[in-house]
Amino acid sequence: MTLLAIIIILFTGGIIAWLSERYFKAGGRWISLITLLLTAMLLTNYFTFIHSTGVGTAEPWWDSLQISWIPRFGIDFHLAIDGLSFLMLALTLAMGIFGVLMTWNDISFRRGFFYFNYLWTLAGVVGVFTAIDLFLFFFFWEVMLIPMLFLIAVWGYEQRIYAAIKFFIFTQASSLLMLIAIVGLVYIHYTNTGQLTFNYNALLNARLPPGIAYWLMLGFFVAFIVKLPALPFHTWLPDAHTQAPTAGSILLAAILLKTGAYGLLRFNLPLFPESSIEFAPVAMTIGAISIIYGAMLAFAQRDMKRLVAYSSVSHMGFVLLGLYALDTIAIQGAVMQMIAHGLSTAALFALVGALQHRLHTRDMQQLGGLWGRLPKLSAIALFFAVASLGLPGLGNFVAEFTVLVGSFRTNHWMTALAAIGLIGAALYALLMMQKVFFGKLNKRLEKPIREHEATDLNIRESCALLTLAALLVFIGLHPQPIFNIAEQTVQRSTTKIEAVLNIQKFSPEKISSQTHPTRLEHTSIEDTTP
Amino acid sequence: MQGLLAWVPLLPLIGFLILVAIPLFHRSEPPQKFVACIGVGSVGLAALLTMIVAFTLFWKTPSELVNISLWQWMLVDNLQVGFNFHIDWLTIVMLLIITGVGFLIHLYSVGYMRDDMDFRRYFAYLNLFVCAMLILVLADNLVLLYLGWEGVGLCSYLLIGFWYKEPANGTAAQKAFIVTRIGDTAMAIGLFLLFYEFSTLNIQQLISVIDGQEVNTEIITLACLLLLGGAVGKSAQLPLQTWLPDAMAGPTPVSALIHAATMVTAGVYLIARMHPLYMLSEVAMNAVAFVGATTLLISGFSAIAQSDIKRVLAYSTISQIGYMFLALGVGAWSGAIFHLMTHAFFKALLFLSAGSVILSLHHEQNIFSMGGLYRKIPLTFICFTIGCACLAALPFTSGFYSKDHILLSAWEYHQGVNILWLAGILGALVTGVYSFRLLFLVFLGKEGTASTHCKDANTPVMSIPLCILAALALFGGLLAPPLQAVFGVRPDEDHSAWIEGVAIAMPLIGLAIAWRLFLHEQKSGEQRSPLMQFWFSGWGFDWLYGHLLVRPFKYLSQINHNDIIDSLYKGTAAVSRQMNALLSASQNGQVRWYLTSFAVGSILFLALLVAL
Repeated sequence: MTLLAIIIILFTGGIIAWLSERYFKAGGRWISLITLLLTAMLLTNYFTFIHSTGVGTAEPWWDSLQISWIPRFGIDFHLAIDGLSFLMLALTLAMGIFGVLMTWNDISFRRGFFYFNYLWTLAGVVGVFTAIDLFLFFFFWEVMLIPMLFLIAVWGYEQRIYAAIKFFIFTQASSLLMLIAIVGLVYIHYTNTGQLTFNYNALLNARLPPGIAYWLMLGFFVAFIVKLPALPFHTWLPDAHTQAPTAGSILLAAILLKTGAYGLLRFNLPLFPESSIEFAPVAMTIGAISIIYGAMLAFAQRDMKRLVAYSSVSHMGFVLLGLYALDTIAIQGAVMQMIAHGLSTAALFALVGALQHRLHTRDMQQLGGLWGRLPKLSAIALFFAVASLGLPGLGNFVAEFTVLVGSFRTNHWMTALAAIGLIGAALYALLMMQKVFFGKLNKRLEKPIREHEATDLNIRESCALLTLAALLVFIGLHPQPIFNIAEQTVQRSTTKIEAVLNIQKFSPEKISSQTHPTRLEHTSIEDTTP
Repeated sequence: MQGLLAWVPLLPLIGFLILVAIPLFHRSEPPQKFVACIGVGSVGLAALLTMIVAFTLFWKTPSELVNISLWQWMLVDNLQVGFNFHIDWLTIVMLLIITGVGFLIHLYSVGYMRDDMDFRRYFAYLNLFVCAMLILVLADNLVLLYLGWEGVGLCSYLLIGFWYKEPANGTAAQKAFIVTRIGDTAMAIGLFLLFYEFSTLNIQQLISVIDGQEVNTEIITLACLLLLGGAVGKSAQLPLQTWLPDAMAGPTPVSALIHAATMVTAGVYLIARMHPLYMLSEVAMNAVAFVGATTLLISGFSAIAQSDIKRVLAYSTISQIGYMFLALGVGAWSGAIFHLMTHAFFKALLFLSAGSVILSLHHEQNIFSMGGLYRKIPLTFICFTIGCACLAALPFTSGFYSKDHILLSAWEYHQGVNILWLAGILGALVTGVYSFRLLFLVFLGKEGTASTHCKDANTPVMSIPLCILAALALFGGLLAPPLQAVFGVRPDEDHSAWIEGVAIAMPLIGLAIAWRLFLHEQKSGEQRSPLMQFWFSGWGFDWLYGHLLVRPFKYLSQINHNDIIDSLYKGTAAVSRQMNALLSASQNGQVRWYLTSFAVGSILFLALLVAL
C-alpha cells in the first residue's frame, strides 16, 4: 500500500498546490515540499528490506500491490518495489526536494500550476519506477511526459516552445514504438499460452521466436535510448534541458533520463536475453560513441547550460555501455552511474540556474572571473565539475570505473574507446571552470552584479548543494550499500543472460567436446530456451 | 604503533577540511596565524608520526611489512577493492620525503605567501595535496593508488591556477591536468587489462600471481606499457613532458613541492612498486630506459636555453626524473628511489632558494635581469650554490652518490659502453652546464636591471627550511635507504677506475664550460641562435602537439558545435513544413480552384484506368 500511497499523495499534493495559489501566493512551494517530505518518510518504511534481502531469495519483490484494472485484457494495477526501484525512488524524491529548494524564488507567475506539473511529473516517474504491469508502465510513461511538457513550454526560456515540441515529438514517437512492442509481446505470449496478461512476472517466461524477439527488443530499446539519451536520438536533450526552467532541468537530468536506463535494465535485458546478447556489441558501440560525441559537443558550447546538457549525453553513454556489457560489475556500475550522474548533474543545473537568476546570462563569453565575487558558489561549482570529470573518491568515479572494468571483460576495444571519454570529460569540465569562474572578472558583469546585487549562495541553497556534495563523497568512498541494494535486481538480469550464454557455449555441436556438460543442470534453462 | 600510520594521510585531510569549512561558520577570513597553524601543523604532525614509526619499527627490521585495512571500498562480483594500506621500506622512504620535505615547504610557504589574499585557500589545497600523495604511496591496490594519483593531479591543477585572475595561469593549469589525464587514461586501461587477466588489482596479490604461474608475456608487456603511459604523464617524461615547464605558473613553493619533490616522481614510484611485473618484460624495461635516456638529454639541452629561472629548474626536473627512469629501465630500482630522495632534497632547496630570489626581486623571474646577487642575499646564494652543486653531482654531494649509482648500473646493464650509459654521461655534462649557467647568471657577474632594487625577503620561517634542506642536500648521500628487502640485493661489481673518473669529471667539465660561456654573458634572452631557439621552445613539442592534436580537435568540435545529427531532424521538420505549405496552398477556399483540381484529378484517374 505504501507505493500506492506515495503516488496518490503526489497526485493530490499537485492538485492542492494548484488550488492553493488562489489563497496563498507562495503556497505551492510549501505544499510541494511537505508532500515530498511526506512521501520520503513513507519510503523509509522500506529501510528494513535493505538488510534482509540477499541474493537467491525466492521472492524478488520487497513489496507489491495488485488490483485488477481491466480484467478483460489482463491488465492490472500492479506496483512492486525491489532494490533497483527503491534506489530510483529515493533518487527521485531526493531530487524532487532538491529541485524545490534550489528554485524557491525562481517562479514568478502561475506558481500553483507550476508545482502541480512538478508534482505530477514526479508522480509519473514514481509510477514508472514501480509499475510491473506493462500497460500500467506505459500509462505512467505518458503521465510523466505531459506535465514535463508544460514545465518547459510555459516557464522555459527564450525558445521554450520549440524545445517543448521537440521534446514531445521525440518521446512520443519513441513511446509509440514501445507500445507496439508491448502489444506484440503480449500477443505472442497469448498465442503461446492462451493467457492474456500484461504482467511482467508472467511475460518474463514468454517464449519468443528469435526473429520477432529481436524486433520487439528494438522497439523497447529505441524508446529507452531516446530517453537515455544516446546517439543518434539525443538532439532533443540539449534544447529541452537548456530551455526548461531550472527545476525542470533538474527533473529532466536527474530523474527522467534515468527512466530510460531503468527500462533497459528492468525490461530489455530480462525480457529478451537472447536478442540482447546478439545486439550487445551494437549497443556498446552506441554507448561508447555517445560518450565521446557528447563530450566533444559539450566542449564546443558557449551556453553553460548546453554544456552541462551535452555532458549528460556523455555520462549516460556509460550507462548504456555498462548495461550492454552484460556483466555483473558493469551493470552495477551502470546503476551507480544513474545515481551519481543524477546527483552531480542536478547540482550543476542548479548552479547554472542560480547564476542565471543572479546575472541573467548563461553565455560563457559574458561570464568569467566569478571566483572573486561569488566564492561559495564557485567553490561548490568546482566540486561538482570535478565530480563530473570523474575524480576518484566521488560517486561518478566509482560508477565509471566499475562500468569500464566490467565492460572491458566483454569488449576490449569499445571500452578502450569509451575510456577516452575520461579525457573529454576533463576538457569540458575544466573549460567551464576556466570560462565562468577563473580569469579576470568579465567587464560586462560589473553592471549586472551591481544592479541585481548578485549575492553569493544563501543558506538554503548552500545546505541543499552541500548535502548533494556529501552524498557524492559518501557513495564515492563507501558505495557498498548501493551495490548491495541493487545486487538482487542485477543478479536477476545477469542470471538469465548467463543461462543463455551457457546454452550457446554448450550448444549441441560443441557439447561433446566440453568436459563439464553437467553445468547445464545448474541453470534453469528450461524456462528460457526458445 | 602501526595504527598510527593510518593517521598520517588523515591529518592533512583534517587540516584541509577545517580550512575549507571555515567560511561556513565564520564570516570573515580567519587570521593568518590560525591558518598557518592548521596547515603547517597537520603536515608537521604527520611528519612526526612517520618518523616515529620509521625509526621504531622499520629501522631495526628492514623487512618489516605493515598492512592496515580501513574499510571495504568496492566489492562487486570478483572485483574487490579495499581502502587498505601496505607499508614496506619503499613506502616509508616516500612517506618520509612527502611529509618531511612537505613540512619544510609548508613552513616556507608561511613566509612566501604572507601577503597573499588567499592564504587559506593556498594551505587548503596544499594539505589536500599532501593527503592525496600519501594515499598514493600507501595504497595496497592499484585503484586506491589511482585515487591518490588523480587527487594529486587535481591539486596540481588547482595550485598551478592558484592565481586565477591571470588567464595564462588557467591555461597552464588546464594543460597540466589534461596532458596528465591522457597518461592516466592509458593507465586506467592498463588496470582494466590487469584485472581482466588476473582478476585482482591488489598489488601484492598481482605480484604473487605472476610469480606463481606461467604468464602471457605479451599481456604483461602491454600492461606495463600502459602503466608506463600513466607514469610518463605524471612524471613529465617524453612524450607527455610538455606540461611541466608551463606548470611553473603556480606559486614557487608549489613548484618545489609538487612539480619537483613529490608528485612528479609518482611515476617513478609506480614503476618501482610494480617492478616484478616489469622484470618479466624486456620490451617494457627497454621502453622505460629509453624514455628516460631521451628525456634527460632533450630537457637537459632545453634547460640551457631558458631565460626564466623557474623554467630552467623545471627542465632540470624533467631531466633528473629522466635519470630515474633510466635507472628503472636498467633494473637499478633502489638507485632510482635513492635519486628520487636526493633529488627531492636538492630540488626543493633550489626551488625554495629561487623563490627567495623571486620574492627579493619583487617577482622578477628573468635571469638576464639578475646577476651579482651574492652580496645582497648571501644566505640564498649559499643555499642555491649547494643546490646547484648537488644537481650537477659534484663529488661528495648527495646528488653525486645517487647519480653515480645510476650511471654504474647503466654501465653494468650491458657490461660496457652502451647507449644508455653514454646518454647518462652526456646528460651529466649538460647538467653541469645548465646548473652553473644558472648560478652564474643569477648570483655572479654584473648586476642586472632587477638586481638594483633587490631587498632580502627571507624571514626566519623561510631561512630555517632553507638551511635544513641545504644540510639534507649536502649530506643526504649518507642516508641511502635500506631497500634490499623490497628490491632484493644486487651483487656489487668492480668497476675500472676510469668509469668513476668520467662520472666525476663530467660535471666539472660542465662547470668549466659554463664559466667560460656564461659568467660574463650580458645578452638578454631575446636574440637566440636558431639552435638555442629550438631548445628554448622545448624541441618544438608544443608546436607539434598544437598542430597535430589541439587545433584539429578544436576545429572539429567547433564546426560541429551545432550538432550535425540535429540537422537530420531539422531537415525532416523543414521538409514537412514545406509539404504543409504546398498542400495548404491548394486549400485556398476558392470554388473554381477546387472544381479545376477535381476535374483534372478525374481526368488523370480515368486516363490511368484506360491505360491500364
